[in-house]
Amino acid sequence: MGRDEPIVLGIETSCDETGVGIVRGHTLLANTIASSMDEHARFGGVVPEVASRAHLEAMTPTVESALAGAGLRFSDIDAVAVTAGPGLAGALLVGVAAAKAYALGLGVPLYGVNHLAAHVAVDQLEHGPLPKPAIALLVSGGHSSLLLVPDVAQDVISLGSTVDDAAGEAFDKVARVLGLPFPGGPHIDRAAREGSGSAVAFPRGKYDDGTLDFSFSGLKTAVARWVEAREASGEPVPVADVAASFQEAVVDVLTRKALQACARYDVKDLLIGGGVAANSRLRALAQERCDAAGVRLRVPRPGLCTDNGAMVAALGADLVAAGATPSTLRIPADSSLPITVVHV
Amino acid sequence: MTFVLVLAFDTATPAVTAALHDGERVVAESTTIDARRHGELLAPAVEQVLRESGATLRDVTAIVAGTGPGPYTGLRVGLMTATALALTAGVPAFGVCTLDALAYAAEESGPFLVATDARRKEVFWARYGDPRTRLDGPRVDRPHDLPGELPVIGAGGAMYADVIGADRIRGPLHPSAGALAALAAGRLATLSEEEAAEIARVPEGRVDSVEKARELSVLGPPRPIYLRRPDAQVPGTPKRVTA
Ligand SMILES: Nc1ncnc2c1ncn2[C@@H]1O[C@H](COP(=O)(O)OP(=O)(O)OP(=O)(O)O)[C@@H](O)[C@H]1O
Ligand SMILES: [Mg+2]
Repeated sequence: MGRDEPIVLGIETSCDETGVGIVRGHTLLANTIASSMDEHARFGGVVPEVASRAHLEAMTPTVESALAGAGLRFSDIDAVAVTAGPGLAGALLVGVAAAKAYALGLGVPLYGVNHLAAHVAVDQLEHGPLPKPAIALLVSGGHSSLLLVPDVAQDVISLGSTVDDAAGEAFDKVARVLGLPFPGGPHIDRAAREGSGSAVAFPRGKYDDGTLDFSFSGLKTAVARWVEAREASGEPVPVADVAASFQEAVVDVLTRKALQACARYDVKDLLIGGGVAANSRLRALAQERCDAAGVRLRVPRPGLCTDNGAMVAALGADLVAAGATPSTLRIPADSSLPITVVHV
Repeated sequence: MTFVLVLAFDTATPAVTAALHDGERVVAESTTIDARRHGELLAPAVEQVLRESGATLRDVTAIVAGTGPGPYTGLRVGLMTATALALTAGVPAFGVCTLDALAYAAEESGPFLVATDARRKEVFWARYGDPRTRLDGPRVDRPHDLPGELPVIGAGGAMYADVIGADRIRGPLHPSAGALAALAAGRLATLSEEEAAEIARVPEGRVDSVEKARELSVLGPPRPIYLRRPDAQVPGTPKRVTA
């Protein structure tokens, strides 16, 4: 860490969070978030147009507050990084337009980066440089992927991903079935603490299929069936037990496949990122299984797991350090940017 | 006379258009018609008009963006760009109704309508007494609900010529940033510095920019005129998986 490391402004607008982060190298200087979640909650999911409108409203105040928080002026910024995809097309476009204008206005380089790679890169703000290679388990509202990461700034390889629902999506859907608010992940996490993970034996999709892919849609349906049967028989639904048993099924598969990936590629470092990495049971079980397998586990603190601008700035700082070619002002926002494209 | 250099652009229609105006004339302009690539084309267009006129952002004294109404995704690109450029350059950003810029470029002597494509078989429109005076709108309606008889400027008329009547259709089809800049520069010249600062200040929270735009007529804050609520439905109880 040094004074001469570049100061990078990171902009994230792929979903409902307007995130603005500022880093100097791998040192976090500011991480400001404006969320439109309250406006989406009653719809039971993120409404793209509502999110896009909110990003436009929130961008300027969020950038100003990040600069103020870091004690910096605009002229101190050396580079601008922005999530170019994947995510909601209209939402991404607001962040990309802002980032291009900041880069153009300040006369500094622009880096359009991959949101998923940023979820991996963010851990360096807390735990220092990533070992090369590392295995990353990325679990969020929109993605569940296992990645081999030889170098987060240039080379990310997909080993497997969900064939249907993302893990966070399963948490959100099951929460609805249990009458818990959206987004459901944190509520299930909390409810599960009072219940038993072995109360109901829910199915574990693709458990022994030898791939590094996931499937959570059958599990979600099984939970709904179980709850409906319970209601039909007039018995109360044991919410805590159902939450704990569902959660156990998810984290069992996630950690099992993550460690299989480590073994298969002979990698001794596992990183978990994305919103679901905030899950307390996932963190605990991953630690247990990593300890048993002699794998070092890295999980960023919950505030860095969910979408934020610091993760984008962190990856931007890696790109600057690696001498990557800056993006042009012509880059598009790409809602389905593949994980293998770290920067555009 | 104080030095004036207005950077204007509009992304509320299929035209991605940017221009620089020095208070007397348009010194550079760039327009591309491409309804799907506003996000890709605008920043390079801004860079290009600056380069062509040998100016830098530091020379710009005001930034003006079309506030629509227009398809939202493209519209936001222009407004976000204006606000963000203004923040880095330390100059005020203003908004001008896109339909006003189209009206300003019209060669009509009597009253007329301006209409642009609102998608979903509707048009955004407004009624003008002359190229500088909006009398009604902006609104969003089906083309056959436009008030009868008056000439219609803009692509929203031309694309529904069969409904509106081919004899009523007039150009231009799309707004130009040159007209937008000229309109804004003219209005800015009549304002004191305090008045200009008051308009440019983006109000806290959500203010209905339609009202604001009407009240201030030509120059307003750089905020979008949406005219439609987001599509979203509050879900019922979760669907049962068992019969
Ligand atoms: N403690 C928790 N336990 C389980 N899931 C959680 C927890 N906290 C958050 N989540 C889940 O994380 C998801 C949000 O994560 P994040 O913000 O990274 O993703 P996203 O923006 O929805 O999707 P993506 O990153 O794929 O574009 C939600 O589905 C939410 O329910
Ligand atoms: Mg995310």
